[in-house]
Amino acid sequence: MRDLFIRGLGGDAAAYRAFLTELSAHLRAFFRRRMSGLPDDVEDLMQETLLAVHNQRHTYDPGQPLTAWVYAIAKYKLVDLLRRRAGHEVRNDALDDELDVLAHNDSEAAESRLDLAKLLVHLPDRQRLPIVCMKLQGMSVVETARATGMSESAVKVGVHRGLKALAAMIRTRR
Amino acid sequence: MKTDELVTLLATGAGPVEPNASSRRYATALGWGAFGATLLMAILLGVRPDLDAAARLPMFWIKLGLPAFLTVASLVAASRLSRPGAQLGRLPAALAAPVLAVWLLTAYVLLAAPPPERVELVMGRTWQYCLFSLPMLSVPVFVATFWAMKGLAPTRLALAGAAAGLLAGAIGALVYALHCPEMEAPFLGVWYVAGMLIPAAAGALLGPIVLRW
Repeated sequence: MRDLFIRGLGGDAAAYRAFLTELSAHLRAFFRRRMSGLPDDVEDLMQETLLAVHNQRHTYDPGQPLTAWVYAIAKYKLVDLLRRRAGHEVRNDALDDELDVLAHNDSEAAESRLDLAKLLVHLPDRQRLPIVCMKLQGMSVVETARATGMSESAVKVGVHRGLKALAAMIRTRR
Repeated sequence: MKTDELVTLLATGAGPVEPNASSRRYATALGWGAFGATLLMAILLGVRPDLDAAARLPMFWIKLGLPAFLTVASLVAASRLSRPGAQLGRLPAALAAPVLAVWLLTAYVLLAAPPPERVELVMGRTWQYCLFSLPMLSVPVFVATFWAMKGLAPTRLALAGAAAGLLAGAIGALVYALHCPEMEAPFLGVWYVAGMLIPAAAGALLGPIVLRW
């Protein structure tokens, strides 16, 4: 899995995709075990964490164990969620869901409540257009630059900042 | 949104990542921050006129040595705290060692001096000025280091903020030492240490607010 990630960091999109898919199953299991009282939030938080892993992938040091890096991010996101929750609602909901604990497994992917289309609307053009072209329509940087009239570096910056802005929106909307 | 869709979104067109992002960001931050601090010192305070003569005295180098050691140790601490899962290891000891060494020297100087002179050895003539100017000179590096951390991923926010603040304080002290006329170890052991701890404390308070992601 570390090997897939390292290849992904080198620009191998197929390896990176395989890494993210595998990671999502691990994260789901990790959060499900720790969030028995908040089953509805598992998929949301897993996706939020996946986005964080992507946005922060430049902070991974190849000399460091991948587990330690991923665990630190997952724990940070979990603590962040619980801290925000503590301020909003009483945490005694869904106690009866304990019976469901065996009904779920790692690869059972639910749909999260995050709505990409609705979130994208809030981004400025210089971030939204590059994400739509490159990420949703699969265009290259050069094609995106041509289609949007932006420079290639502006396209890359737009994607990067746009994904960070999406992460911030997802975080604060909870 | 299905997780598959998110994975596709993230993986599509994800180009290579430039290696050493953390060190490059810190290099930029420290370059601008140290430049800003030096400029502030030169314009607002001025380099001490007897720098040539002072540079021949060991105390001048001890005065530079304390913040220099702390700069290196807190830079390593800050850059590790900017990456998820990185361990601090022996860094707390490396941070404490130079301070303890100066405190030992302080104790020695105070014990060797006649009691009536001890207060003056500690207070010097410029302690209030030092306590204000040193943190002021740390502001450029403080801002720059927080910028660097903001682009990375600290997970222990108060600790990361404190390390950033201490780094700013240490560089502030390094630059302030080129202006400061005090030449006694007790002054260094009390007011320089306090002056560096002010931005460190500010960093610990601001970290959890500013560095979230």
